[in-house]
Amino acid sequence: MGGLSWQPAKVIQVLSETPRVKTIAFDVEGWLGHRAGQHVDVRLTAEDGYQAERSYSIASAPSGRRIELTVERLDDGEVSTYLTDELRPGDRIELRGPIGGYFVWEPTQGGPLLLIAGGSGIVPLMAMIRERARAGSHVGTKLLFSSRSWDDIIYRDELGRLSGDGLSVVHTLTRSQPPTWDGYARRIDQEMLIEAGTDPDDRPRVYVCGPTPFVEAVANALVQLGHEPLRVKTERFGATGG
Amino acid sequence: MDELMLDGNAIAGLLGELFAVEMTTAVGTCSSCGAAGPVGAVHVYRGAGIVLRCPHCDALLGTIVRAERRTWISLAGMRSLELTAMDSR
Repeated sequence: MGGLSWQPAKVIQVLSETPRVKTIAFDVEGWLGHRAGQHVDVRLTAEDGYQAERSYSIASAPSGRRIELTVERLDDGEVSTYLTDELRPGDRIELRGPIGGYFVWEPTQGGPLLLIAGGSGIVPLMAMIRERARAGSHVGTKLLFSSRSWDDIIYRDELGRLSGDGLSVVHTLTRSQPPTWDGYARRIDQEMLIEAGTDPDDRPRVYVCGPTPFVEAVANALVQLGHEPLRVKTERFGATGG
Repeated sequence: MDELMLDGNAIAGLLGELFAVEMTTAVGTCSSCGAAGPVGAVHVYRGAGIVLRCPHCDALLGTIVRAERRTWISLAGMRSLELTAMDSR
């Protein structure tokens, strides 16, 4: 059998990112570090023994035994509602990880990077952006980030602060836009990828994360534009995400 | 397209429980079309069990079914599966 086992994690901080999204920081005893893009499985056990498991991407750059998960509250989600509504500092849950070796990026892999996120699909890509900053990497990086509205942009202020020094962030707001908005206001399409993306000839490493229909549309458009399929890595999280 | 479709990343935790090496970077070759690619990129459908399909030709690559204390794994649609011992989880 493999070595992945459940371990206790203590909540040390809960932060609101948007009205529907929270970041929960955990202290995990014996955590051996992770790579940007990896996730953990979270397991909740009810008093009657019923268990529910979900996967959540790690949002933070590697930093000792502290990890941060950013969770979108889904109204009918039995795990996300508990994590976002009920957890308080000092509470304990079970998790296992870090998990996954495919959808990861390390500064030594270099770039350029083209990161494309739909909604909470930003989370593993934010870990890459934070790791890039932490490591002092100057790898050319473009983030194309699709959110429903200005208030739904996860990590909006931090992305603004980190922009520059080789990182450019382009937002598109698909449902509603502030009155003075002059940016993109539609779903990501081929034209947007040509204007705001990276030229396939520059051979970027591409990471796409979001709901399945979003990832399918973006990945197909990228390959049609001439990006090598093997350099386009995708992570889908189903119909609703989170 | 099935909106509930996931990819190999989604079962990385389960695979980590079952196998001793990192499986999402293992390279599987489809018996039907011959395309080779990482397990992290295969298409995954969850129902009563887990179904793995080729992202190129949609052929069935394998299934994983779990019950209380037993797990049944079929990789009948993979011609080969290449594992690298160096990859740490």
